[in-house]
Amino acid sequence: MNSVDKKALKRESIIQTALQLFSTNGFHKTTIPDIASKLGMSVGNLYNYFSSKDLLAQEIIRYTSEVLGEKIREVNMLDVSAEEKIHKIVEIYFSMAKEKPEMIEYFLRVYLSNREVFSDGCEGMVCVSGFITEIMIFFDDAVSSGELRNQDFFSAFGLFMGYLGGMVFLKGEGVLPKDIAYYIDDISRNIYYALKA
Amino acid sequence: MGQVQHSKPKLLWLQSITCNGNTHSFLNHPDIFSVFSGFEVVHHPVLESEYTFHDLAALKIPCDILILEGSFIEKGLTKNGVEVSKMITHYGNEASHIITAGTCATFGGIFKQKDPEQISGFCFDIEQQTERYEKFASKLISLPGCPIHPRWLAYVLMMLSQGKKIAIDRLHRPVELYGYTVHTGCTRNEYFEWKVDTKGYGLKEGCLFYEQGCQGPYTRGSCNKILWNDTSSKTRIGTPCFGCTEPQYPKDRLFVTRTNMGIPATMPLGIPRRAYLTLTGVVKSFKIKRFSQRLLEYDQ
Ligand code: SF4
Ligand code: SF4
Repeated sequence: MNSVDKKALKRESIIQTALQLFSTNGFHKTTIPDIASKLGMSVGNLYNYFSSKDLLAQEIIRYTSEVLGEKIREVNMLDVSAEEKIHKIVEIYFSMAKEKPEMIEYFLRVYLSNREVFSDGCEGMVCVSGFITEIMIFFDDAVSSGELRNQDFFSAFGLFMGYLGGMVFLKGEGVLPKDIAYYIDDISRNIYYALKA
Repeated sequence: MGQVQHSKPKLLWLQSITCNGNTHSFLNHPDIFSVFSGFEVVHHPVLESEYTFHDLAALKIPCDILILEGSFIEKGLTKNGVEVSKMITHYGNEASHIITAGTCATFGGIFKQKDPEQISGFCFDIEQQTERYEKFASKLISLPGCPIHPRWLAYVLMMLSQGKKIAIDRLHRPVELYGYTVHTGCTRNEYFEWKVDTKGYGLKEGCLFYEQGCQGPYTRGSCNKILWNDTSSKTRIGTPCFGCTEPQYPKDRLFVTRTNMGIPATMPLGIPRRAYLTLTGVVKSFKIKRFSQRLLEYDQ
């Protein structure tokens, strides 16, 4: 492995460790020394990768948005109906909430609740465009094929993502009586019926 | 004098199903007579010329360069008792260059709407080659536009009169004129880049792509490079480009941008949707103060 690859790998492990700590212990309670010690690296070396905690936080949101976007992109490439795509997207989102809860937790508890950290560098859609772009492509395809009703982007986006975010939030609060996977079919159907042409 | 004139290429302007728009547009060329002076104008629909329409219909006129205006129909349009299609074929065979002037003659245009099955352009039916294509392709130059820009026709005529070769694309349009999009050179480019919409027609500020139906980013033509009346263009004055040079012209709802959940249904020419949407999402996240202000405060 060359040094460029090694650096990239290290970068990613910093992102993943920080992601975990930020979402479990909270953004403000987690310090750079905490992250460094968990990784077994020196604080000075960590600063070589990210010059501040805010920059690291921004990089994490960019990273999670890319990961999620990449998965939805695969769904967009499939030659299946919009109804099936909705089902797959819900599946992806909920399985991520289960297997990598820190990613969704981070989005809901750090990104949406600490806007000041993201105001300079992650304005608006800048850091979440990997994910938003794929959702836009999903909607665009589904409307041009006549499966979904044409409407304002945000009214559809809010219905879809607000719903999923809400469910994951309930899961995080421990109030869902059943495993989140149990809700996939019904929720997919609800979203489809709400949006269909 | 007389001898010199006879050595010039013979130019014949022939009309089929047309509104005369291209004829009239070309009259706006400030140097029309200087352009025509490179030719012997054997027949023109509104200018005095050597031969009458009777001669034309009798298929008696010599012709080197044929300018064709108007949509093509095989049967049913007669003038002086002669099918116009017969005249076109006859003079098309005679000519060494055929210029289809305007979108109707080139692709079918507005008049195609009357009878889409029977009416088309001369060598193209929208983008499909017609049965005449093979025969005439080697001499064909397409000049779509509704109407043609006078300077575009002048460019072609001057190149031909000087015996120069004109580079053309797949649909036989001169690359020099149609290699650009109408968006190129529009004074609203900064607003397009930063996704700032105009607040209404005719205003100096804002771009017409998002709400007003502007087709400039995917319409081929140099309207914003070679200005109309040497002065301005539709988009510069605040009217959307209707895409009048495109094979599919006219689309309906010309003042409305078609969107799917707010996403433009047609992307700028050659731009992948993912690339466009990524860029748009990022750019829209910033509010640039300068672009929210009037350029001139009229009421001060
Ligand atoms: S008004 Fe039309 S041509 Fe001008 S910048 Fe906007 S999209 Fe381009
Ligand atoms: S701006 Fe568009 S509609 Fe207007 S003349 Fe040019 S190509 Fe045609």
